[in-house]
Amino acid sequence: MTQFLFYFLSFVAVAAGLMVITAKNPVHSVLYLIIAFFAIAGHYILLNAQFLAIVHIIVYAGAIMVLFLSVIMLLNLNKDNEPAKSNILKLAAAVAGGLLLVTFTGTLKGTESIIASQPFDDQIGYVKALGKVLFNDFLLPFEVSALLLLSAIIGAVVLVKHDLK
Amino acid sequence: MQSLTNRKKVVGKKEMTWVEKLYLPAIFGGMRITLKHMFSKKTTISYPEQTREFSQIYRGMHVLKRDEKGAERCTACGLCAVACPAEAITMVAAERKKGEENLYREEKYAATYEINMLRCIFCGDCEDACPKESIFLTDRIVPSDFERNEFVYGKDKLVETLENPIDVSIRQTPEVLEFKKNKKLTHNR
Amino acid sequence: MFTPDLIFKVVLILSIFVITLVIAMYSTYGERKIAAFMQDRLGPNRAGIFGILQPLADGVKMFMKEELIPDISNKVLFILGPCLAMTTALMTSAIIPWGSNINIAGTDFSLQVTDLNIGVLYVFAVTSIGVYGIMIGGWASNNKYSLLGALRASSQMISYEIAMGLAIIALIMSTGTLSLKEISAAQAGFHWNIFVQPLGFLIFIICSFAETNRAPFDLPECETELVGGYHTEYSSMKLGFYLFAEYINMFIASAVISTLYFGGYNFPFMNSIGLSSNAVAILGVIFLFAKIFFFIFFFMWVRWTIPRFRYDQLMRLGWTVLIPLAIFNILLTGAIIFATNN
Ligand code: SF4
Ligand code: SF4
Repeated sequence: MTQFLFYFLSFVAVAAGLMVITAKNPVHSVLYLIIAFFAIAGHYILLNAQFLAIVHIIVYAGAIMVLFLSVIMLLNLNKDNEPAKSNILKLAAAVAGGLLLVTFTGTLKGTESIIASQPFDDQIGYVKALGKVLFNDFLLPFEVSALLLLSAIIGAVVLVKHDLK
Repeated sequence: MQSLTNRKKVVGKKEMTWVEKLYLPAIFGGMRITLKHMFSKKTTISYPEQTREFSQIYRGMHVLKRDEKGAERCTACGLCAVACPAEAITMVAAERKKGEENLYREEKYAATYEINMLRCIFCGDCEDACPKESIFLTDRIVPSDFERNEFVYGKDKLVETLENPIDVSIRQTPEVLEFKKNKKLTHNR
Repeated sequence: MFTPDLIFKVVLILSIFVITLVIAMYSTYGERKIAAFMQDRLGPNRAGIFGILQPLADGVKMFMKEELIPDISNKVLFILGPCLAMTTALMTSAIIPWGSNINIAGTDFSLQVTDLNIGVLYVFAVTSIGVYGIMIGGWASNNKYSLLGALRASSQMISYEIAMGLAIIALIMSTGTLSLKEISAAQAGFHWNIFVQPLGFLIFIICSFAETNRAPFDLPECETELVGGYHTEYSSMKLGFYLFAEYINMFIASAVISTLYFGGYNFPFMNSIGLSSNAVAILGVIFLFAKIFFFIFFFMWVRWTIPRFRYDQLMRLGWTVLIPLAIFNILLTGAIIFATNN
């Protein structure tokens, strides 16, 4: 059952991902991206990381994609007002994408040898366990990332407020 | 400028106090009012079962009266058409033939008489203008319809039938009724 | 395969589904009646006694209406929009504890379809994706008014989600759990969360008005400015789905409010009047529904009292009043927890 679900979700995620880049209409791309996010959230649940799954849905599908969607709906992007891309650009994009692929393959090859160092704990993805780890072992990185987000918020406010004097 | 009455009220935009800025007291005040209205008496009149009380001199659909012998009173003088501010009345006059005395009261009568009910504003000026006490407004309501030209009412709909004469005495003041008793006047003959 | 537990779950799911639909149906009737009564009118009273069959008549009318799909719209998305709105509206009911355990022939059955240990977040996630139905439908209609309605819905949803989330965080801080079952159980008797989190409740209920697109926050379908808002182009049962989804959302929002802040299925003196646990469970369900009905009434009451906000007022209220207030509420809760723990 789990295996079947895994393959099904993977198929959905990959297919939706492909549709994101091949769809002609940007709004459709965004919708496919949302489907891909849901498939990935399903993967999280399969890994028993329910908190991560639900936060993934809230933040990505529920907030960021809604913003994306409303911006793209407003822009009214069409094929005819899409700027033509030169061949150099296309080449650069292909090289960059290829490099990313190489990096990913390299990283994933390295993980193969890792074996679960602790016995499997079915509470691992739950909020309590996650909170304990975040606020004990990773307190500093957690707080630093919070500060980072705060600075991003302040930056956004400064950008918007022209008459800040 | 000095005001003539002392009812003048100065309106201005005053700074709201902190409590007012919360809006919550105002919202609860409003909600109290709506709740109170939930239990108050309803003003709806469920029409076909209940009808609204009409004023005694309600101005509804017109009627063209007949006299006591059943002859049409209208003489097609056109005064009502002239008086009508909405120009709703048209008519064609015709001369009375021999032997039609029991049909028409005067020597001249209206062969056709039409009121466009969509134009009419039910002001009652036609009733005032009529010298022959022919046209009256009644408390009947002009029914709705699907077609525009159905609202041009001809004599078939306006003239009262002999079987059920329409009583308009309520519209006539005591002075008028008194005046009508005087049979010496040509008007009443 | 067919364990009693499974059968019970299936029955529970079906009955919740049916009850939700019936309540949504009769909310439309209730809304019209309440609106009428508040305006000194009688409301629908022709279909059946007191107009009790009015929702059926409306439903039949909806089905008989001509189905229109605009030529230049995107057909798949146009149909997907109302479906999504309906689905997301129905999804939340899965994790609401409708009552405590009920004992049938020696086995305990929970009156909750499933207890997620992240229940509150699930509610939150479903509300946050609920806006897609409106956005997709509004965009696919290919109509400026619909698009504006959809955009309004999305930005309103995102703005008020933040304040709502922060209000929930304060609630979680004081309850110490994310599971709706545990939150309900912790409010046994009269220990309702409203007494612990009055400010949080105020923020939460204002936000739920905004999230369900109910007046005074019904800007996505503001008739005076946007014709019909996001459902301008919709007709027949697809429009019916949108309207229905709104009422289901209202029902679910009332259920969530009752569960989170008003003790869910708990009622005062439930353990001291000496009834059997089954009787208490059934009474609890009745009390929960009484609370839900009260909140549905409250939603309507507010709608027929308060005029609609202007769009900038809506945004200002969300960002400069509710969010700071919610953060203050979190700090206050933290301070109180800190003080009582020491
Ligand atoms: S009631 Fe007034 S508007 Fe109507 S026909 Fe008579 S004069 Fe004209
Ligand atoms: S109804 Fe009266 S005013 Fe009009 S044409 Fe006839 S007699 Fe003259």
